[in-house]
Amino acid sequence: MTHAFALQEYLDFAYIAAVVLFMLSLKWLSSPAMARWGVLAGEIGAALAVGATFYNPELIQYKWIVICLIIGAAVGIPLGMVKMTAVPQRTALSHAFGAASAAMIGIAEYYKNTANLTRFEMGEIALEVIIGSLTVTGSLIAAGKLQEILPQRPIVYRGQNIVSLSILGTALALAAALVVNPVQAYLFPVMVVVALIFGIMLVTPIGGADMPTVISLLNSYAGFSAALLGFVLNSKVLIVSGALDGSSGFILSVIMCKAMNRSFTNVMFGAFGQVQAGAAKEKEDRVVRSATAEEAASILEAANKVVVVPGYGMAVAQAQHKVRELYDSLTKRGVDVEFAIHPVAGRMPGHMNVLLAEADVPYDHLKEMDEINGDFPQVDVALVIGANDVTNPAAKTDKTSPIYGMPVLDVEKSHTVMVIKRSMNPGFAGIDNPLYYMNNTLMLFGDAKGFVSNIVKELGGGH
Amino acid sequence: MPADFISNLYLFILAGFVGFELIKRVSPLLHTPLMSLTNALDAIVVVAAIIIAGRHTTPLTTALGAVAVAASFSNMVGGFFITDRMVRMFKTGRPKK
Repeated sequence: MTHAFALQEYLDFAYIAAVVLFMLSLKWLSSPAMARWGVLAGEIGAALAVGATFYNPELIQYKWIVICLIIGAAVGIPLGMVKMTAVPQRTALSHAFGAASAAMIGIAEYYKNTANLTRFEMGEIALEVIIGSLTVTGSLIAAGKLQEILPQRPIVYRGQNIVSLSILGTALALAAALVVNPVQAYLFPVMVVVALIFGIMLVTPIGGADMPTVISLLNSYAGFSAALLGFVLNSKVLIVSGALDGSSGFILSVIMCKAMNRSFTNVMFGAFGQVQAGAAKEKEDRVVRSATAEEAASILEAANKVVVVPGYGMAVAQAQHKVRELYDSLTKRGVDVEFAIHPVAGRMPGHMNVLLAEADVPYDHLKEMDEINGDFPQVDVALVIGANDVTNPAAKTDKTSPIYGMPVLDVEKSHTVMVIKRSMNPGFAGIDNPLYYMNNTLMLFGDAKGFVSNIVKELGGGH
Repeated sequence: MPADFISNLYLFILAGFVGFELIKRVSPLLHTPLMSLTNALDAIVVVAAIIIAGRHTTPLTTALGAVAVAASFSNMVGGFFITDRMVRMFKTGRPKK
């Protein structure tokens, strides 16, 4: 007995060490130079915690544990090797996995000692399982939309919010019934299924443009469900790790919401897209000026300062490596080239930075919106590649615009704006962009990758 | 209300504040690796899953625990792996070249 107690203390020390390493891990992520140490600290902490758990005296069989750890590694390694463009859907999928394991452990806790559960414990389990379950299906839908298996457009119908909220209400009512009397075991699986359905209803109406917010919110739910599980199991390591993950997702969702000037409720219940159905309206004949790759190259060559504004279109066209070549050949000619990154550029927070870093663009040339917006009046050429709404000046001036109030990059203040675009069709969200009709704007019509490589050829650089 | 609940609540609130302060300082350059890293850290639920799968109560709980072990461990392995790949890509323009 004394031996088991001492062992338990060793296990606790291992968990405390893991938690300290996890906090250091996040601390070192504050700069790219230290980030690798952060990953290493996290890995050591996790290895320590998992290793220590094998000595838990409650364990009597190891067969399934070992088999499932091998399966987990076999699934996890390929998921760690996906292309950088696929990172958002991988992340959504891992939210689903994380929430699924938290929910399944909660379910196992319920069935383990149904007869002895207090009302309080039942409440904790029910809440944990509801949040975990809705995160599973919500994340799977988000992953499906990001992978383009499911339509990216918001799927909406009349009375949707009422239907969704009553489904959530049903799940909570079942939870309440279980709290009143935990032994009503037949209600438990019904509650799980209803929560799973709610997750589907929650994310289906949300459009592709809102994915950065949704993926952050799901991150937060997955974290908080793990923390709640920590309360259920009285496991401090889960409470701390879950709280860290949950607050991370929460902060990212707040940043994403601010970057789109929208509230949480608006993202969750406002279904973007549908509002703008009538937005691309009265098209008087406005003048659009266009230029060839040759003209674009000579303007870029003559510039002192060029700011590239990349959007998700650049990643879709796989143009980031060509953009790097453009960066190289302009830098060689003494042109100062920087990249202006809007917080919601890409499909998840920070996605555009990763795509450009992969293409070997030095990170000290990647500038955040707030950092670079004041510089645009001194910029000779702003080159917009595959970005649309984040450069739309209507967000600042046109109160009727659906994106009015959203912080945007002030590209129109630079001397010349060049926009690489396939055609004049309004973009993904269907919002008209007055930038394209301005006097200092040149439209470069074509595929992002092809056009950039033509510019590089004209400059005589690249290959 | 169980006695542990209150101390756990203290812990949760403190950890939440620490998380908030730490994550506020993470460079926006690294928000994607941040999400995959916190995902890997969150996969610490594997610890609870291992205990459920190994302590043998009923076949149902063992099965649920076993699947949870696989799901969370894949997050742990994959999450650290991809985060490491991403943070290695971030280079400055200054050294060598």
